[in-house]
Amino acid sequence: MVQVLKSTDAVIVGLGWTGAIMARELSRAGLKVIALERGPDRDAAESFALPQIRDELRYSVRQELMQDPKVETVTLRHRLDDEARPVRRFGSFLPGDGVGGMGTHWNGNTFRFLPSDHRLRSHLTERYGAARIPDDMTIQDWDVTYEDLEPHYSRFEALCGVSGKAGNIAGKIQPGGNPFEGPRSGEYPNRPLTPSHANELFRHAATEIGLHPFPAPASNASAPYTNPEGASLGACQYCGHCDRFGCEANAKATPMSTLAPALRQTAGFSKVTNAYVTRVLYDAKGKRATGVRYVDLRSGETYDQPADIVVLSAWVFGNTRLMLQSGIGEPYDPRSGKGVVGKNYCYQIQPTVQLFFKDEELNPFMGAGGLGMVVDDFNGDNFDHAKLGFFGGGYISLNSTNGRPISFRPTPPGTPAWGTKWKQETAQWYRRTASVLCEGTNYASRTNALDLDPTYRDMLGQPLLRMTYNFTPNDRAMADFLLGKAAEIGRAMNATVVAPQPRKGDFNVVSYQSSHNTGGTIMGRTPSDSVVNRYLQSWDAHNVFVLGSSVFPQNAGYNPTAAAAATTYWCADALVKKYLKDPAPLVTQ
Amino acid sequence: MLDRRGFMVSGGAFALAQADAAAVDSGTNIKHDGAEAPKNTAADPLYALTPGEAEFLTAVVDAFIPADDLSPSGSECGVVVFIDRQLAGAYGAGARLYQEGPFQPGNGQSQFGPQSPLPPLQFIQLGIAELDTWSMANSNVPVRQLAKPDLNTLLQNLEAGKIALPRIDARAFFSALLQLTMEGFFSDPIYGGNRDKASWRMIGYPGLPATYSKAIKQYRGRRYQAEPRSIADFL
Ligand SMILES: Cc1cc2nc3c(=O)[nH]c(=O)nc-3n(C[C@H](O)[C@H](O)[C@H](O)COP(=O)(O)OP(=O)(O)OC[C@H]3O[C@@H](n4cnc5c(N)ncnc54)[C@H](O)[C@@H]3O)c2cc1C
Ligand code: SF4
Repeated sequence: MVQVLKSTDAVIVGLGWTGAIMARELSRAGLKVIALERGPDRDAAESFALPQIRDELRYSVRQELMQDPKVETVTLRHRLDDEARPVRRFGSFLPGDGVGGMGTHWNGNTFRFLPSDHRLRSHLTERYGAARIPDDMTIQDWDVTYEDLEPHYSRFEALCGVSGKAGNIAGKIQPGGNPFEGPRSGEYPNRPLTPSHANELFRHAATEIGLHPFPAPASNASAPYTNPEGASLGACQYCGHCDRFGCEANAKATPMSTLAPALRQTAGFSKVTNAYVTRVLYDAKGKRATGVRYVDLRSGETYDQPADIVVLSAWVFGNTRLMLQSGIGEPYDPRSGKGVVGKNYCYQIQPTVQLFFKDEELNPFMGAGGLGMVVDDFNGDNFDHAKLGFFGGGYISLNSTNGRPISFRPTPPGTPAWGTKWKQETAQWYRRTASVLCEGTNYASRTNALDLDPTYRDMLGQPLLRMTYNFTPNDRAMADFLLGKAAEIGRAMNATVVAPQPRKGDFNVVSYQSSHNTGGTIMGRTPSDSVVNRYLQSWDAHNVFVLGSSVFPQNAGYNPTAAAAATTYWCADALVKKYLKDPAPLVTQ
Repeated sequence: MLDRRGFMVSGGAFALAQADAAAVDSGTNIKHDGAEAPKNTAADPLYALTPGEAEFLTAVVDAFIPADDLSPSGSECGVVVFIDRQLAGAYGAGARLYQEGPFQPGNGQSQFGPQSPLPPLQFIQLGIAELDTWSMANSNVPVRQLAKPDLNTLLQNLEAGKIALPRIDARAFFSALLQLTMEGFFSDPIYGGNRDKASWRMIGYPGLPATYSKAIKQYRGRRYQAEPRSIADFL
């Protein structure tokens, strides 16, 4: 039996980064807001304390803070004619679960996308001509420009106390920052983190060969910081247990470390945890939602929560799956190219070059989530593609995130994986190795898409989301190019061994690559090319707003969270300033 | 600080003698194979595995991590104890593993991760039984009785996908063995492996508390060396 609850002004599905920001903005505007979160609540002081939080097996390998595949997972096939198999354990990406979402156990790299990333099709057409864009490359403009988003990127950086160095303030290039970035309204709130020795080797080498290194912007506070919401962050301890862990020092900006104090004081905000939302209650005739249905995963009871506004912030998979399950918008058909929901699912290509230094001591266990030295010379369209056989690029960086030994113990190529020789090589190189990472773009392809799996079910018996995904020839050419550049930097660093590790073969879900999945509910100019309009409002239900990287029409060569958060602030602005006064479509056709 | 390794090694020999005495006293038939008597495993209670399975793992783990001047062997470091405890607990029972069918196993599908219907405990047990059967058919002895060079060859063939087992993806079984071994060798000693932080000493990983806000600069280009500390050292 379904129990119908008292109606509320707004219901938010998923309380991670985007959900928490929206919860704050709507409750600040005086709305009664209920957030429904599938996972548990965790008290940071209790759950992320020393010494237990430094447990690599528990948090990193067994993934205690992440989504439980037993409750819900996804399936994968590489080609439309293949049969999909379920992802039985998460590996290549690690969806979040519980208050804070993935934002609890992210690393904190907080990059803005390039201005050209936000209007990709127009940009490439203007520079290279429409004929250069392959037919199957279904990229499109965001319909929100970098200039529109700049104030919102700034708000997110202020919220997180991002440590970094500006490269372009109001059009003036700043020494030591990223000269390729879009114009910023100001400097970062915190100075950059202290670079590691490996970071410095990278910086010197990159400068020597004419590139433009800069410190990666990081949501790990380089000094104690109080944000505009009144939340205080401590100073980062370079503990090497950032990604996959909660922060013991309260130095990592997370939805809860940055917004919980403000949310706690807002009378209109409340949250329900262990609440697994199964569908949006959709009135197709009236083109609006009436609320959402959820199951309390502790009691098994089903509830309907009526609401005037429904916000989906359940990350890429959750958002797309809920739209499909609720019948909002036309499902995408990769064969005909018709429909939109599930379209332009993208990921990220991350080839790496492993470096080994005979005579350096690198102390790899000292590091911070976002600690890195980066060059952006080969990202996006920062370099000429006229004579190249591909589009896109990526940043190349040397990150000093961790040296946790169950997972981090690279050895030079040719080393066996076990036995005496393996031991010798591991002991010799553990402290003397670092990797150069390429954070590649991923441009949409006609056949990479999401839909509902016809066979596999979640714990409640509902269809899982199915991904049809593989790297494209464009991706592979781009990745090879980046790898060559990364190896060049490695050689300039005088590494004893430079070992490029190309990503070969079909996409695999086993080894960690990144949790930077995008698309499925993309934004655009018309209902025929997108699921939501430029304000992230559904074309098919004007009171449904969809947040997060699922609205990106393609992925850029950066970590996605700053762009997801900036578009959330942008959406909240429109919601509060326009939609509340006149609840109707914000873009008319 | 207590020298756990020294303690465990001598404790192990002592406990083994005790167990043998007990077996004689009570007349129970503790199974072991003469000269191939289990080394360290008998010192520790088994929670999930049979003594024979523990012997299989002792042989394999010691091939993966042989004793040398870098560290004691895998089993001396408690890796078999670790694996037994992991398999006896939530992990072994299939926690955080999607186990709905239909199942589409098969070699050459490594991009998807293991597709077996079995949770880790039964998966490892089946793999042990199958590989023992294979070894009996090809060498007339179970895996735990293979001479070291023969065991190494067998493991290399298993790793390379040159051995097919009837009911289990042989390569997935190999990967699981290697992964569990490395987890046991490198994880915090609180789980029963990595005794005396042997692996952390071997590579120079200092463990806890891992607060380096000053050290990251002070030790730039210089080795940071500290007596490694475990979670247990802070309790
Ligand atoms: C190990 C790791 C490292 C990362 N490092 C970085 C980095 O350095 N830089 C960067 O930019 N990004 C990084 N990310 C990605 C970053 O965490 C995400 O981009 C960000 O958290 C996404 O915000 P979101 O609000 O869309 O989703 P989330 O923060 O994940 O929140 C979504 C929430 O929705 C809930 N939910 C899902 N489905 C339902 C449902 N049906 N009903 C109710 N609730 C539901 C989930 O439980 C979750 O709490 C990293 C991620 C991981 C896992
Ligand atoms: S690296 Fe810094 S921000 Fe990250 S968990 Fe450690 S102390 Fe916190």
